[in-house]
Amino acid sequence: MSAETTNVHHDADHGEHQTMTKKRILNVLYILLGITAVEFLIALYLGPHYKIPSHWINPIYIILTLFKAYFIVAFFMHLKFEKVGLALAIIVPILFIIGLILVLTNESHYWIGLRL
Amino acid sequence: MSTTVAQPVDEIKSTPWSGGRSPFEVEYGKMMMWFFLLSDAFTFSSLLISYGALRFSAPTWPSPSLVFQSVPGTSIESGAPLVFVGLMTLILIISSVTMVLAVEAGHRNARKEVIGWMIATVIGGLMFLGCQALEWNHLHSEGFWWGHIPNAATLQEFFAKGVPLGQQQMTAHQFANLFFTITGFHGFHVFSGVVINIIITINVLMGTYERRGSYLMVEKVGLYWHFVDLVWVFVFTFFYLV
Repeated sequence: MSAETTNVHHDADHGEHQTMTKKRILNVLYILLGITAVEFLIALYLGPHYKIPSHWINPIYIILTLFKAYFIVAFFMHLKFEKVGLALAIIVPILFIIGLILVLTNESHYWIGLRL
Repeated sequence: MSTTVAQPVDEIKSTPWSGGRSPFEVEYGKMMMWFFLLSDAFTFSSLLISYGALRFSAPTWPSPSLVFQSVPGTSIESGAPLVFVGLMTLILIISSVTMVLAVEAGHRNARKEVIGWMIATVIGGLMFLGCQALEWNHLHSEGFWWGHIPNAATLQEFFAKGVPLGQQQMTAHQFANLFFTITGFHGFHVFSGVVINIIITINVLMGTYERRGSYLMVEKVGLYWHFVDLVWVFVFTFFYLV
């Protein structure tokens, strides 16, 4: 326990020194714009011209979206530099959403069976 | 006597999880903002997940590249999918960046810079709301609204060829209701974010945080504003891309 607490403390001290500077903010902006540009490339060119298999497209969109979400939460919302305890208190409950996604996708397959 | 007793007690309580100080080491209001945003994330995800469930359970769905192919406010009526929503995304991401820059300036207690970046953020928010008003107006002029869909001739333009009219009407209803509810709920968040940003900007102008010695309020409202941007990232993916 004591090792863990000192570890947390060390991380926090470390984080205090590397908060967001203007350069870092602009780097995150370029990453977000870059990911959005890739999404546009897929939606406007790669998808319609069948350059990538069509069943890959939606998973790729979702992965890219989660990347964008990570950069916004970690850097813009500063969560990467907060205490590990706070980050866990916010992120772990989000995992419940995965449960709802699994339940309702399963349910919607049943609904479409009823409708057709 | 009291000093000799007090010292070891203080020592025991100095570690983060034994009650001496907050284990999260954030100010109360900031922590509550995080917990509020967590609950808001649940609200938005339940809306988006029900959208996904209804869309998965539908035999067909209006094609985003056909519904959103115009640039409202200009003469471009077709053939430009994603252009307008791309502009909206760009506006919101950039206003998020100006918000971070305001927070960063606040850390340095640079009041003038905070004011400049906060005003830029408010302008970005208003631009986004304007774009959304144009987008809603465009869809409304085509016949979409809560519980309303375009007539059969207009409706078939939004679907792949050969989809039966009955299926078109059923899914168009679901699409219209979900689109206006979810983008409306997001737009309401943007609107309240702009209002809160204006209030904070006025406080900065009046020197409230200068006297208080910390620009923590700018940071808290910044969290809210980034969350609005975060939700838009998901709305953008699930309504316009997928």
